[in-house]
Amino acid sequence: MKDNYKRIPMPVRYAINFVLLLAFLLIVNELINNKTISLSYYYVILSIGVNIILAVSLNLATGYLGQLPLGHAGFMAVGAYASAILIKNIGVTWYTVPLGMIFGGLVAAIFGIIIGIPALRLKGDYLAIITLGFGEIIRVVLLNIDSVLGFKLTYGAASLKNIPKTTNFLNTYIVVIITCFVIHTMMKSRHGRAILSIRENEIAAEACGIKTTYYKTLGFVVSAFFAGVAGSLYAGYLGLLNPSSFGFMKSIEILVMVVLGGMGSMVGSVISATVLTALPEALRAFQNYRIVAYSLLLIIVMIFKPSGLMGRYDFSLSRILEKLLNLKSSAGKKSDERGS
Amino acid sequence: MARRDLRAPLIPERDRDKTPILECIDLGIDFGGLTAVEDFNMTLGRTEIAGLIGPNGAGKTTVFNLLTRVYKPTRGKILLEGRDIAHMNTIQVNKAGIARTFQNIRLFSDLTVLENVLIGLHNEMNYNLLSAVLRLPHYWKDEKIASNRALELLSLFGMENMAEQKAGSLPYGAQRRLEIVRALATNPSLLLLDEPAAGMNPSETAELMENIRKVRDTFQIAILLIEHDMNLVMGICEGIVVLNYGKIIAKGTPEEVRNDPVVIEAYLGKKGEVPC
Amino acid sequence: MKKQMALSVIINQIMNGLQSGSIYALVALGYSMVYGIIMLLNFAHGDIIMVGAYIAWYSMTSFAAHPLLAALLAIVGCTLLGVIIEKVAYTPLRSAPRISLLITAIGVSFLLENLAQLIIGAGAKKVPAIFSGAPLALGAVKISFNAVVTIIVSLVTMALLTYMVQKTKMGKAMRAVSEDMGAAQLMGISVNRTISFTFAIGSALAGIGSILYVSAYPQANPTMGAMLGLKAFVAAVLGGIGSIPGAMIGGYAIGLAEALVSAVGLSVWKEGVVFAILIIVLLVKPTGIMGRPMQEKV
Repeated sequence: MKDNYKRIPMPVRYAINFVLLLAFLLIVNELINNKTISLSYYYVILSIGVNIILAVSLNLATGYLGQLPLGHAGFMAVGAYASAILIKNIGVTWYTVPLGMIFGGLVAAIFGIIIGIPALRLKGDYLAIITLGFGEIIRVVLLNIDSVLGFKLTYGAASLKNIPKTTNFLNTYIVVIITCFVIHTMMKSRHGRAILSIRENEIAAEACGIKTTYYKTLGFVVSAFFAGVAGSLYAGYLGLLNPSSFGFMKSIEILVMVVLGGMGSMVGSVISATVLTALPEALRAFQNYRIVAYSLLLIIVMIFKPSGLMGRYDFSLSRILEKLLNLKSSAGKKSDERGS
Repeated sequence: MARRDLRAPLIPERDRDKTPILECIDLGIDFGGLTAVEDFNMTLGRTEIAGLIGPNGAGKTTVFNLLTRVYKPTRGKILLEGRDIAHMNTIQVNKAGIARTFQNIRLFSDLTVLENVLIGLHNEMNYNLLSAVLRLPHYWKDEKIASNRALELLSLFGMENMAEQKAGSLPYGAQRRLEIVRALATNPSLLLLDEPAAGMNPSETAELMENIRKVRDTFQIAILLIEHDMNLVMGICEGIVVLNYGKIIAKGTPEEVRNDPVVIEAYLGKKGEVPC
Repeated sequence: MKKQMALSVIINQIMNGLQSGSIYALVALGYSMVYGIIMLLNFAHGDIIMVGAYIAWYSMTSFAAHPLLAALLAIVGCTLLGVIIEKVAYTPLRSAPRISLLITAIGVSFLLENLAQLIIGAGAKKVPAIFSGAPLALGAVKISFNAVVTIIVSLVTMALLTYMVQKTKMGKAMRAVSEDMGAAQLMGISVNRTISFTFAIGSALAGIGSILYVSAYPQANPTMGAMLGLKAFVAAVLGGIGSIPGAMIGGYAIGLAEALVSAVGLSVWKEGVVFAILIIVLLVKPTGIMGRPMQEKV
């Protein structure tokens, strides 16, 4: 059967995506600048951006790699503290902000390697438990390290304060796009397929010559890197850091976003992170019932639709456009067949 | 019928001058106190199709697991094209040239048929992560070549039209064929098939026999298969090894094995014919 | 004189360790038993303790119940709660992937904590004393009555539990279902009843644990179960999750480890040490002290 399916050429796809993203950026930026979007909503938007990066990066380790790390907040924490301490020491210039983010990401990535190498030797529940343990240890160390070091580094429970508020809509938006782009392109390559094969069937993957240890570590470390970057953005909009914000509870909050959105769906993580960040703010009146509703939602979704909102569906604008383009011609073909 | 020396190799005439693809020498494995396989001696010719048969629990899949180094042998040697593979792990063994299918199908169910084969071609491509993320020309070139090769392999088994379907949604027979295609994608010199005809009806089995022969002829590789379907085994195997309780009880051509009383007894427990 | 003081400090710390270790052991048993039977890390387990503490507090402050009655109510309440949770949240997911079950457990845990916060308030509530009695004197060392009761009650409970698991029919059923659910069913064992029974026993143990806990730390707040649960969980992993003697060993080990760390003056690092133990166990012998390794069939 000859392939008569009309496909959109690659450069056109990129052009369409680029234009749409640019348009969105300009529109929202304008709304912020002329104060249509108020200051409190502005912070919500920044917060959404950070949570999208966290959810998308955790989705890499859970949805794509098939593991269950419960210590994601730990990576966010080290990234946040590393970048905050760096910027406080070298000051704010046009290059220190991206430098801080990259530094935060790299520090988190290093922790990812240190934790990943032992942790990834374990399977399933044991991996979950050990990452939980590491996440808690990071929190406890950040809390108490100053007494060991003899000088004030993290300020522990007193909070690291006066962090320059360098995070704004523009840099958050750009980082979100870069994160999604990098993870997307990685997944649609032989490296991404290797990662997926580990999730599907690790033993078969090994039998096909896939270096499973390498790819498990790669997935885990990239996930940690972006969590660290998110942490640095977080530090940059909050202005202060406290270890108690990075406990097990935070890791679970991010996990909930990934699970509800659909583990293995990047668009699911994006939507879920947006909704679950924005909704509580919009429902401030019901603040008290928020977490109760949250937990009930979690339980109900798990019982009735465990694969989450989007399951493993990965959105592709080009694919939808192609389907539309070909709808007409396939309809024509069908009537031909019936005729003969 | 004279009993063959069980240690003697059985290599087809055409392969006699070449290094055998596989030599198992006194291979054995114990699990705790239990000896699962013992005194396993086998030599396989370069382009031979051989069968490993025996009652359930005889240790056949264990042998496959030893060959692909899922298990570490307790005793003995495995030589692949003359090289000792004792120090290798499963991944290295695949790179060295052994590919396999599994008794309980192990496909990447949520990925498409094409993606399953592309994973087999993973090591045929070599662009790095940076090239992938930046979508450099190297990425596009390798992906195109791999895609074409994958479709080529799929069309050998008539599966090129299923390329975009999820592997898990395929009918059973197609899933088994896909596993073979994926294994072939890894460019092996020895293909291990674990019960490839399980669950197939006679016409599917006949088609499988055709395909196995076609694979051997096209790719000039050796194929070792575990099977319970005697039609298939007697039909395409040039040499057969019979296993019972972890030990080789007979070795030879299909004719020799079929009429060997020891084999008959192992399968039926009394005098009769090996079911065919 | 100084030597005697140092010795009494050490003995004091050991008693503290044994006291908290007993509580950890009881809670860890609940974790281990549930994991052994349905392979679930029941994150909500720690929060059942919190509910038990609140039941005790409420019955003693609101209708002046006798402490021992309050204790009984707490234990019964915990048992019922555990079984209800199992029936409502976990049974529907019996054949779902493990991660769904884990996340549901997390959801239940959150729900309990936040319902408590909503209904009763986030502030800590003082729980009246349950056991009152004179301290026991061992030479120069005075051991609190609570500690004595805790250790004795725990040991007796564990002995009863071991007897039940080894000698009674239900105990055998529990062990059978843990080994192989399918085979147990074919033998005529009601898997649903056995699992519910396991949850009931595990939750009852948590209930006993909650009473012993509030006798030592007479405060109830919504998040008290979380950290206690996590530590008991580490104890279960240390001892070998799925193993009953393992949970007991693990519980006392964690209790004593914490006491040791406090004794040398590093009590802020207590939690860090507990999690460090977790990591070491998982790296060196993930199946724990008494655990059995599991293999995947290729």
